[in-house]
Amino acid sequence: MIRKLAIRPTYRIRESRVDFIFTVINNIFLLSIFFVILYPLVYVVSASVSDPNAVAAGKVWLWPVGFTTKAYQRIFEYSRIWTGYANSLFYATVGTFVNVSMTVLAAYPLSRKDLFGKNPLLFLFVFSMMFSGGLIPFYIVVKQLGLYDTRWALIIPQALSVWNMIIAITYFRTSLPHELLEAAQLDGCGDIQYLFRVVLPLSKPIIAVLSLFYAVGHWNQFFTALIFLANKDLFPLQLILRDILVANTVDPSLYEDAKTMAAKAGMRELLKFALIVVASVPVLAIYPFVQKYFVKGLMIGAIKG
Amino acid sequence: MASIHTSENTASKKPKIIDHAYIWRKIRLSWELYALLALPVVWLLVFQYYPMYGAQIAFRDFLPGDSMWHAKWVGLANFERFFKSVMFVNLIRNTLVLSLYSLAVGFPIPIIFALSLNQLRPGFFKQTVQMVSYAPYFISTVVLVGMLLQFLALRQGPINLLFQALGGSPIHFMGNADMFPSIYVWSGVWQYTGFNTVIYLAALSTVDPALHEAAVMDGANRLHRIWYIDLPGILPTAITLLILNMGQVINVGFEKVFLMQNPLNTAVSEVISTYVYKVGLIGGITNYSYAAAIGLFNSIIGLVLLITANYLLKRITHTSLW
Repeated sequence: MIRKLAIRPTYRIRESRVDFIFTVINNIFLLSIFFVILYPLVYVVSASVSDPNAVAAGKVWLWPVGFTTKAYQRIFEYSRIWTGYANSLFYATVGTFVNVSMTVLAAYPLSRKDLFGKNPLLFLFVFSMMFSGGLIPFYIVVKQLGLYDTRWALIIPQALSVWNMIIAITYFRTSLPHELLEAAQLDGCGDIQYLFRVVLPLSKPIIAVLSLFYAVGHWNQFFTALIFLANKDLFPLQLILRDILVANTVDPSLYEDAKTMAAKAGMRELLKFALIVVASVPVLAIYPFVQKYFVKGLMIGAIKG
Repeated sequence: MASIHTSENTASKKPKIIDHAYIWRKIRLSWELYALLALPVVWLLVFQYYPMYGAQIAFRDFLPGDSMWHAKWVGLANFERFFKSVMFVNLIRNTLVLSLYSLAVGFPIPIIFALSLNQLRPGFFKQTVQMVSYAPYFISTVVLVGMLLQFLALRQGPINLLFQALGGSPIHFMGNADMFPSIYVWSGVWQYTGFNTVIYLAALSTVDPALHEAAVMDGANRLHRIWYIDLPGILPTAITLLILNMGQVINVGFEKVFLMQNPLNTAVSEVISTYVYKVGLIGGITNYSYAAAIGLFNSIIGLVLLITANYLLKRITHTSLW
């Protein structure tokens, strides 16, 4: 108890009446924001495992009513979802690997102060962030290269994000002591060897952050798939989700065994809630484990920005 | 190493003379770094700069199947057509309404949230609130719009069910064009407030605690300290972000607007990016050149705004983007 008091700043002990009222109001404010953010997420999960009739009648408010996993069973039996899942997994893993490799390849040399021509090269990258030829020329170029309607259309044209590259440059510049490079050079270590044997092992936090940003980006990507893919077998999950959630074209085979029109409609809505959960769980499940890195990465970005 | 250092010193003493031999030696010595850079630079040239060069189809009459460089040159005809079309004013207005509304709401809310969160002592409550507030950031745009449609649905949406339970009549949210900007902006607030708070929390963590202690000695309460210490502490960050966002007002992202569009709201929901997509890539008659002209117009305005924003930033905060 004594020790606890000792570390507390003095002003905590002499909290005035005004401060007490303020703290109470502030906590209520934060608690309400907390619930406003959390509530839609909880509702979706609850609705997805509730009896469709209860959802339609407005009986579900917070907790599931008439628990059922029917919607999930249907979704897991539906092959298009599985194809989409597998495709998204492919785009996320291969794409992230390509992204992180390209980012390190670009960021490390540009982080070296002794690189001749560093500033013009950096400008070349940064300028592409500020100005672009626009969607149509980009589309034509991708098509001319024969990437249209192939898996690579979702990976190669987005192989690098300049913004993430700047975060990586900032990390390399601030976190790697210059003496390390000098010592390695004295021992006859070349730049490529130095990158792989010294820089990469010391850069796990930034690689984790980059992987998270890129992987989430790939998993949630919709636009590139929309413009570059025509073959349904290559569609990532988000495109299939769009058909069901937004365009409201639910495959009738998923709910046709329901007896009445109302039951069919109810089942269709239930499927949507379950689908939202199924699509978001992978990303939200990884997030708590990488949260530490995530905040760190944003801070690195914040220093520069 | 040693020899490089000495030559560097002599070079810096005589900056006017360009020592080619020295430069070549320097480049040769770090060839490995250039080798590493080669792949990203090739990618950059192919996927960023080649399309910029290809943007010249905006000045041509390009038909699918043509060669990009040999189509008939028509000068500014595509731009003139766009400026004279009814869509021009519409698109600009819709784009600005969405981005300025987003800015007006999305700029102050993360600041308030960060100041408020900063008042909490580190612990379970603070950590939980922060973690939950970041979560929506990870939800995809498709899922977000899917959730919006479910929640705001006319018949079975929980919000309308609540209205009916309270004795009101259901509202057709997604069918009402007037509500489109608000739905767009406030769902964005739900999704990004937590994420946008991080940068302010980072700035607040650099505020010297001695300032707070001194203020307490002088009898300042928490509100005083927020107003006179915390707020000035994050003001440079806030101004920087505000100006940068002002430089982006012409760019409204494609995905969310596109997914929220329906025949009842296109009058207010058609923005430049969605229109370029529709004119250029879908529909029976795709008009590459006309769409490219609109896209190029957008890019140029964007660049001008960004340069202006950076100029203002330099004048006001003495920091700069480049």
